[in-house]
Amino acid sequence: MVLMSRRAEFSASHFYHNPNWSEEENRRVFGKCSNLNGHGHNYVVEVTVAGEVDPRTGFVMDLKQLKEILNHEVIAPFDHRHLNKEVAEFAVLMPTTENLAVVAWRRLAPHINQQGTAKLYRVRIFENTDLFADYYGEPGA
Amino acid sequence: MNVHLNRRYRFSASHRLHNPELSDEENRDCYGKCNNPHGHGHNYTVEITLSGEVDPVTGMVCNLADLDGFMQSKLIERFHESNLNQDEFFRNQIPTTEALCRRIFDQVEHNFSDAKLERVRVEETSHNAFEYHRAGKRFQ
Repeated sequence: MVLMSRRAEFSASHFYHNPNWSEEENRRVFGKCSNLNGHGHNYVVEVTVAGEVDPRTGFVMDLKQLKEILNHEVIAPFDHRHLNKEVAEFAVLMPTTENLAVVAWRRLAPHINQQGTAKLYRVRIFENTDLFADYYGEPGA
Repeated sequence: MNVHLNRRYRFSASHRLHNPELSDEENRDCYGKCNNPHGHGHNYTVEITLSGEVDPVTGMVCNLADLDGFMQSKLIERFHESNLNQDEFFRNQIPTTEALCRRIFDQVEHNFSDAKLERVRVEETSHNAFEYHRAGKRFQ
């Protein structure tokens, strides 16, 4: 089995704010991230697929297809968007780095897993070089 | 949803690799220029990996401000602009980056309980990196 990873970037804004809490509570838990005007990052998404190398092509997965899926499912809907306001999942989910990894996985997995034999192995989201989250899916899923 | 959260910190410190039980010649053979008598320094990077369920209310594995506060006050400030050979951690141990990695793992493991520690990675330079993983954990 070989792992293959592909990176892409998107720039987006977000904020962390729980409407059921007071402003003080939001500031205490989320700090500057609770500012309702939002702030932005240059995110990097790294998608890793796992599979056997096809003896005819030498590929784990056709990289063109992976790029297309990544662009269609994650980059186009997230890039230059406000995640809280313009990405449906984050109407009800805090757009933290952790949740971005989970949401990207859910968008990518059905498309990647129906191409050939490679399976989605990991989604890694960098909010910046010093903070990143990894999601490996749910065990047995 | 079990997610891994990774956070990187930086500090600068000096050290000298020298084993008092070896002769000067054996030390030079073993440690090379790292054995030079007055020590030398690095810009270290520490990468911590924690895992846990994403809290449905906050969207977090653990609060980064709490993790940063712990790491800065207990470890990064301790090491930054210090000589590691003088640190209590290395009173009876050679301050290799392998040893540093293990020390940091044990400190986080025993003193920070907001999420499960999976891995500590310490980069001594952009070319040398060391990792300590939770026992029995498959490398990922």
